Amino acid sequence: MTTIKSLDDLRKIKSAVQSKMLLRERSDNPEKLVQIRVAMATCGIASGAKTVMDYMITELEKRNIASVITQTGCMGYCYAEPTIEVTLPGKEAIVFGYVDNKKADQIIEKYIKNGELVEGIIPVNYESIDDK
Amino acid sequence: MTKFKMHLLVCGGTGCRASESEALFHELKTALVNKGLENEVQVITTGCFGFCEKGPIVKVMPDNTFYTQVTPADAIEIIEEHVIKGRKVQRLLYVNPETDEKVEDSKHMGFYRKQLRIALRNCGFIDPENIDEYISRDGYQALGKCLTEFKPEEVIDQIKKSGLRGRGGGGFPAGLKWEITRKSVADQKYVVCNADEGDPGAFMDRSILEGDPHSVIEAMAICGYCIEASKGLVYIRAEYPLAIERLKIAINQAREYGLLGKNILGTHFEFDIELRYGAGAFVCGEETALIHSMEGFRGEPTMKPPFPSVSGYLGKPTNVNNVETFANVPVIINRGPEWFASIGTEKSHGTKVFALAGKINNVGLIEVPMGITLRDVIFEIGGGIKDGKKFKAVQTGGPSGGCLTHKHLDTPIDYDNLISAGSMMGSGGMIVMDEDDCMVSIAKFYLDFTVEESCGKCAPCRIGNKRLIEILEKICKGNGTMEDLENLRNLSQVIKDTSLCGLGQTSPNPVLSTMENFYEEYIAHVIDKKCPSGQCKALLQYIIEEENCVGCTACARNCPVNAISGERKGIHFIDQAVCIKCGACLEKCKFNAVLIK
Repeated sequence: MTTIKSLDDLRKIKSAVQSKMLLRERSDNPEKLVQIRVAMATCGIASGAKTVMDYMITELEKRNIASVITQTGCMGYCYAEPTIEVTLPGKEAIVFGYVDNKKADQIIEKYIKNGELVEGIIPVNYESIDDK
Repeated sequence: MTKFKMHLLVCGGTGCRASESEALFHELKTALVNKGLENEVQVITTGCFGFCEKGPIVKVMPDNTFYTQVTPADAIEIIEEHVIKGRKVQRLLYVNPETDEKVEDSKHMGFYRKQLRIALRNCGFIDPENIDEYISRDGYQALGKCLTEFKPEEVIDQIKKSGLRGRGGGGFPAGLKWEITRKSVADQKYVVCNADEGDPGAFMDRSILEGDPHSVIEAMAICGYCIEASKGLVYIRAEYPLAIERLKIAINQAREYGLLGKNILGTHFEFDIELRYGAGAFVCGEETALIHSMEGFRGEPTMKPPFPSVSGYLGKPTNVNNVETFANVPVIINRGPEWFASIGTEKSHGTKVFALAGKINNVGLIEVPMGITLRDVIFEIGGGIKDGKKFKAVQTGGPSGGCLTHKHLDTPIDYDNLISAGSMMGSGGMIVMDEDDCMVSIAKFYLDFTVEESCGKCAPCRIGNKRLIEILEKICKGNGTMEDLENLRNLSQVIKDTSLCGLGQTSPNPVLSTMENFYEEYIAHVIDKKCPSGQCKALLQYIIEEENCVGCTACARNCPVNAISGERKGIHFIDQAVCIKCGACLEKCKFNAVLIK
């Protein structure tokens, strides 16, 4: 361990370790961030949801977008896997189907950054119990 | 740096460790290695989550899943189901006792909804053995700010403005104490952290030291800067081995980073911390007794003044603050005194940590803004009384406090309100009692504790408390008179008025407050020779109800003193003169024929 010689040194350590802690910090207030849920049931995993999730984690971090990415169970759209659900702060959740890395890139660039819709939206055909 | 996409936080507080959370931690790690996920998922041991009732706790981030009562055997399922397939392990989720519904996310748990965690901000969130995680949560920033941007007087001014009062129980304004110690002139001064936590049922200081030791170290250094002390001492009881271990690790890490020692953060400030162990005596929580114990003498209090701020450890000016008080300091500097002062009530700012125990559903550690009502604490956060029983009383402030009842449920909790209700904040133990508790016995229980813990230096405490307990014993045995009640009250008052230190000055509080709030129970014991809650054995009568007795002889065969007579298939009878009230007949009777009266 090197000695911390000034407040600046301390701040440097802080920002270096902060990204390691982001996962925990952010999940304390998820409603203020972009929330992405990747369907990761057998069907999802088999069609490559893991790769998509890894891609999204790395890319969102690279592009400096504060987000919480979690995995979830089967959303029911097994035919359209991998599927992801994106909730922008203050907006309704939108589900995208047939997501590969290329599509994921489009979703980040168009929908998450600018709110523009992209192809492959799956109409949500259920109500969650929170809506009731 | 490895990038983890999921964190598993495993509680490593004393409570959860006692129920195998360490083994659970290792099982989780092994399971991850077996699945080749050790670079994707990180397992971290944290401090106490507070929800000790349902430990061991595992919290999964980023989806905030809160698993309760997890055993090492559950590790593989958590990894296979939750981590790999993304399905929450339903049977480990917390079940809301009122609605029987499973709660998936800790934000929706009644236990956490009304809490505000300032002193406990990092407990259950960071790895207490990793200084970097503390630094990432603004750790040591406050110290850096103080050393480079503020004069000591300005820092003291901020503490004063924040309105922080001593969380050890006395409620003395912390900033004022710092100022007095600063003004005392000496070649050497000391900062002492009082980590001697002796109240029955209290464990907040232990949990802070176990879960976030750096916050206390940082605050002690800030205090050292303000009062011009280069040495800090933590007085901690030896029966807190885990807290001691984590504190030692933290002190060493801070030294390696140069955050303790000479020229801290490139300034001329020098400060270091040592530990001093106590043997676990209640009276050593009193500052003068604590200082004597540190000096190697018997832990006996002395008259104040002189206050430790003027003449303390080795005769030098010494600033003594409690663990929780210190834990608040870095946040006050970082977020500003106005922010802190905006929380709580008019005269009590900030939050208070309570250890909730007794006949309550959610036993554990909570932190709430001052001014919250007892009702919210007991029924919302605490989840109400166990087994659907009725609430009877709550003891706040440990043996030094009093019992509060129904009529106090809506009183906002702060230092002054509790005192005017006949109790006190104390260090924050909160023990809830239900209809089955006998208040005379409760008073006796606390007094038993103070009699054991009295140092014996002054007569009112040494002799007076012993006499008090003798009178209470007499009442519980059914030999009490109205004159005894009168004596109880007078003697209590004399002990309060004439004792040397806080121990004696507060020891009669449980007696006085139960007499005030539950006088009818005392009367029942003395006049009717009955214990309404059925706790005082000597006052109970086991009788057999003729209608229900079928003459199976089970009671008579199991009675150890042959007090029960009666023919086979005939009605039985208990001879009260012989009966020792052991309750064996009640247990053995299958026909509900044995009653307690």
